[in-house]
Order: sequence, then structure tokens, then C-alpha cells
Amino acid sequence: MDTTAQSAAELELKGVGVSPGIISGPAFVLAPEDESVVVRDITPADVPHELHRYEQALVATRQQIRDLQHRMTESLGKESAEIFEAHLLMLEDRAIYDEIVRMLQRELKNIEYVLHEVTNRYAQALHDLKDEYLSERAVDVRDIARRLLHNLAGSSSTALAELATPCIIIAHDLSPTETAGLNKSKVLAFATDLGSPTSHTAIMARALGIPAVVGMHDVSLRVAAGDPVLVDGQHGLVFVHPAAERIERYDRKRKAQAAIRLRLGELRDQTAMTRDGYHLPLAANIELPADAESAMANGADGIGLFRTEFLFLKSVPTEDEQTEAYLQVARRVAPATAIIRTMDIGGDKFISHLKMPQQVNPFMGWRAIRFCLAQPEFFKTQLRAILRASTLHNVKIMYPMISNVREVIVANCLLAEAKNELTARGEPFDENIEVGVMIEVPSAALTADLIAPHVRFFSIGTNDLVQYTLAVDRVNELITDLYEPTHPAIIKLIKHTIDVSHEHGIWTGVCGEMAANPLLVPLLVGLGVDELSVNAPGLPLVKDVIRSLRYSQAEELGQAALRSGSADEVMHNCHQLLAQLAPEILELVE
Amino acid sequence: MSLTRALTIQNRFGIHARPAALFVKTANRFQSDISVAKDGQRVSGKSIIGLMTIEGYQGAILQVTATGPDATEALDAIEDLVQQKFFED
Repeated sequence: MDTTAQSAAELELKGVGVSPGIISGPAFVLAPEDESVVVRDITPADVPHELHRYEQALVATRQQIRDLQHRMTESLGKESAEIFEAHLLMLEDRAIYDEIVRMLQRELKNIEYVLHEVTNRYAQALHDLKDEYLSERAVDVRDIARRLLHNLAGSSSTALAELATPCIIIAHDLSPTETAGLNKSKVLAFATDLGSPTSHTAIMARALGIPAVVGMHDVSLRVAAGDPVLVDGQHGLVFVHPAAERIERYDRKRKAQAAIRLRLGELRDQTAMTRDGYHLPLAANIELPADAESAMANGADGIGLFRTEFLFLKSVPTEDEQTEAYLQVARRVAPATAIIRTMDIGGDKFISHLKMPQQVNPFMGWRAIRFCLAQPEFFKTQLRAILRASTLHNVKIMYPMISNVREVIVANCLLAEAKNELTARGEPFDENIEVGVMIEVPSAALTADLIAPHVRFFSIGTNDLVQYTLAVDRVNELITDLYEPTHPAIIKLIKHTIDVSHEHGIWTGVCGEMAANPLLVPLLVGLGVDELSVNAPGLPLVKDVIRSLRYSQAEELGQAALRSGSADEVMHNCHQLLAQLAPEILELVE
Repeated sequence: MSLTRALTIQNRFGIHARPAALFVKTANRFQSDISVAKDGQRVSGKSIIGLMTIEGYQGAILQVTATGPDATEALDAIEDLVQQKFFED
């Protein structure tokens, strides 16, 4: 070991960023709970005494949970505190109680051991459930068990409530009890070994508006109390003993973000127009009807992609419920338009209640339009709902994952049937509702000329287009370097799609990650794209790039990209142009 | 007296934490022993955790058995709860 007084080398750790933001500070490492429980033999005469201890622990725990619930309701609102209602019922669970009594009498071991064994079994059963929400409840059972054990031992964990100085919490995992008990004014960020975007820590961090990185495997073992730590919640990075230039770079990033945020206000009401007067409509991608509000507040020219599958996550909504959701968006954005994409289930989005079979390769499997066309009644329910929301004449329909023209023709036939059904019911809708398709499969891009006569617009989904064209699974960490959006094949497919659409008098938008990347926006403009659609928070940045750009510069970049045979060269050119146009934005994306 | 009734889950979210809590609170009002079976798995109708582990999604059919002097009343109350969709929709 190096024992000199030299400052320690920087250590970079990667996890899943679940709440954005950049912050640095000293680490507070929450010591892992001593999970080992002592086993002790007892005699039958001891059973009543052990049970009495258990009852007392139950009473104490109930009181603690009630207190926490009360405190949480005050600080974060009723919904955040609702978890403790379930905690109370789990605490009082008869099956667990009965089983504990039976095991205590049968095995004649101390109550701590019996409690640990029984609750562990239930937690494991919950953990093994397929439903992610229910599976997460295993944490709650363990949390209660831990609390009971603490009370049996006559101690309680107050470390987090007694934080004296602002620090970054590093832990193996954080239970709801721990996060609720902590002194929020002293917490700068979280980093944990376990957890997922839906875990309690993630939800809590977002509610508090502080950065958080979860799923880091062993961060709690690699950071010592008091170590200087830098957390990048957006990219899921934690730097221990960050190097001086690292801190400087992040400082510049933070300043650039602050500067851009300042410009936000004025950008909101400006059009996305290049310096030489070329107007490029800038729309927003949304997942839930309520997102339309922040999209418009961030200056969107409309909704370019409403990912309707998020309405189906918990259950299948009725036609009326769907209509209401789509109408809410249409009304909010009117007179601007909203493109509603029919549901894209499968790939990386699964829904247990729709009973999709397990598939070896879901991205190339039974998903999106394939799933919908196989269930015409299910699909038509959504089509009728979209049609019923089109009475303001500002709604368009988009089909996802088209791989051949036949799918477009069949989907349009079902749309015609849906229209007839509504006419028969006497329900009003937009007879001339426009239909478009996602271009995200190479075969669709290559046969754009066959598809074009059946639609009024294309929208390029770059995430899937890159993954399918380059045969690079975008969730496989081993091949992330092969995921190249500037690959010549991608440039050619995008250009081809745009050119074909213009020959047929229709337009092409881009709604994938490429459209939100400030580096690549000038390239897309230069290739001739007619509209960009990005997530609401990314709108001001993209608009800023467009407003700093000359159309002629974009065209030059596009032409050079078409001539180039190298993804790196194209990316290099994109870099150079952005460095020239908006160095502070380049600072942000690097 | 032991009685069994097949009940179909109708609320959209199925038996999540909150419906499971209501189920238990209702079952606890009765003296009868109450059990719930689905796909060969049987749990106590008075255990919130047990009910959560059977994954009662919308459309699932639960075999609810009540054994005891107030079995009929217990099943009536539970059937009512299921049919009221746990007061969710």
C-alpha cells in the first residue's frame, strides 16, 4: 500500500444515473447493517418470554412507522408517505405472525433468528415475482424486519438523521425508512450498490431534486468516509478523489448549464430558425398526457411523438380512457399538431398483464405494429380513440416498427374500419387525419419509395435504426463503441429516406436520440430533415444550436458526411462545427 | 362450514398493495379462516404479503375458501369488494 501523503488517484465508478445533476462533496458511508443474526437455543418454557419480546418490538416498530409516516406526509406529501401504510399492514401480517409462533415452538430458537428466517422467506418470494413493482416490495419486508431486529436489540439507526455537514450518501442500499429518516438539508446526492430506476432511492432522489446513481455494485466498499466524491447523476458516474482537471471540467459544465438555463426564458418564445432564415419545426417527444404541459412550456412547436405505450403500463385502458388522454394532449397543443404513435410494446418495454410470451430476441420479435396487427380489435380500440381525439383537426397517427409496406396497408385498412365504426356510432372525427410511419428498420428505409404513397410523413427513429442497421444491441455494454450514429450506412439511409419523401411530396422528421444530440443536429439539418422531435428538457439546447447555425454550414457538413467513408471523420466534423458555433454547448455534451 | 367461490379480479391494477390491504382488512372482520388459491398456489386471505405474491392481475380467477361459522357472510363481503373493484376504477 502507498502510505505517502500524496493525494489518492482518481477512481471512476459507473452505475445507472436515476436523477440528474452534478455535485461534489465529502462521502458519508452508511455502514452496512450487520445482517448476521445470532442463533440461540431456547427451552419450551422460554417461548412465552420470546413472544412477549416480539410483541413489544411490534408495538415499538408500529409507533416508529407512524412517526415516519407523519413526518413524510409533512415534508413530501401524502403520496410519498403511502408506502408506510403498506408497511404497517405488513408488520401486522397474520400469516407471518402465525408462522413465527409455529416456528418458535417447533424449532426452539431465539426470536431474532426465527423472525429473520420467516421474513427472509417472504421477502424472497416477493423478490422473485415478475412484476417489477411488486418485486420491489421485498425491500419493504426486509426494511420492517431490520427495524424489528433493531427494536429487539434495543437500538435504532439514527446515523442518517444526525448528519452535521452536507455530504454525499454512499450505501449498499437505502431502505425507505433510512431515506425518510435522513436530514434532507444535509444530503447532496446518493450513490448505492443496489437499486434500479424504479427503486425507492431513485424516486426519493427525484422528489428531492438531488443527483443519484444506483446499481453501482460495490461503491460502498470502494469509498471511505470523508473521501472527496463527485457525482454526475445524468451519466451515472461517481468519481472518488476526483482529479483537479476533472473538477475543473465539471465546473465549466455546470457554468455552461447555468448560462444556458439563463437563456431559456428568451429562447422559449423564439422560433427554431437558422441565422439565414431557415425555419425548422422543433417538436417534443412525450410519454404521458401531462408531459404536453412541460413540452409547450419549453417552447415546442407541437408534439412529434406521443409514446402511447406508457398508458398501457399498468393495465389496458378502455377506449374512453384513451380518448380522454389523447384529447388532453390535442387540446393542450392546439392549434399546433400532435403526432400520436400507436403503442410500441416489446423490445425493451414489457407489460406483464398483456401476456406476451418470453422471446429470445425481443427487439426482433413480436412487438409494436406486429403485436397490434395480430390483435385487430385491440388495435382498433386505440385507433378509434385517436380518431375521436382528432376533432380539432390537429392530430396525426403514426405506426411504429414498420418493416414492409404490407403492414402499412393492413394498418390503414383497420383505420378505415375504425372510421366506419365511429361513423355508424355517429361520433365525430377528422376524416382527413394524416397517417405516417416510423422509419426505424433498414428495410423500411430502403423501400421508402414503396411506403411513401400510403402515408403523409416519415419519422426516423434513430435509436432502432442504428441498432438494426449496424447489428449492435444498444443495451449490450460490450459493444457500445460499435453504436455509431455517424456510420456511413446510417447517413446514407437517413439521406435516402429524406430524398424519397421529398420526391413524393411528403416530409421526414427525426425523433430519436440523434435529434437531441447538439453535435448531430447540424448534420441532420444538412441532410435535409424537415422536423426534429426531442424530449422536452432537450428542446432549448437544440433550439440554441439551430439558431446559431447557418443553413449553408449545415449543408456543407451534410455533403461532406455523404462523401466520407468514416464515422469518426463525420463525428470530428460535427465537433468542429459545434466548437465554432457554440463552444459552451460543446462543453456540455463532452 | 366450508365454502368456496371463484372470483374474477376486475380492477385494472389487479391485487397490488392497496387492494391486498383492503382484502385483508375485510377478511379480518370474520371469524372464519379464509384462503385464496390461484394456479395451484394457496395463501391466507388474512396475509397482505401472501396476497401480493399470488399476482392477481386483472382477469385472474381466484378460488376463495372460507371455513367457519360466518363463512357465507365472509364470502359475500369479499365478493362485494372484488366486484366493487376495490373502489379503484
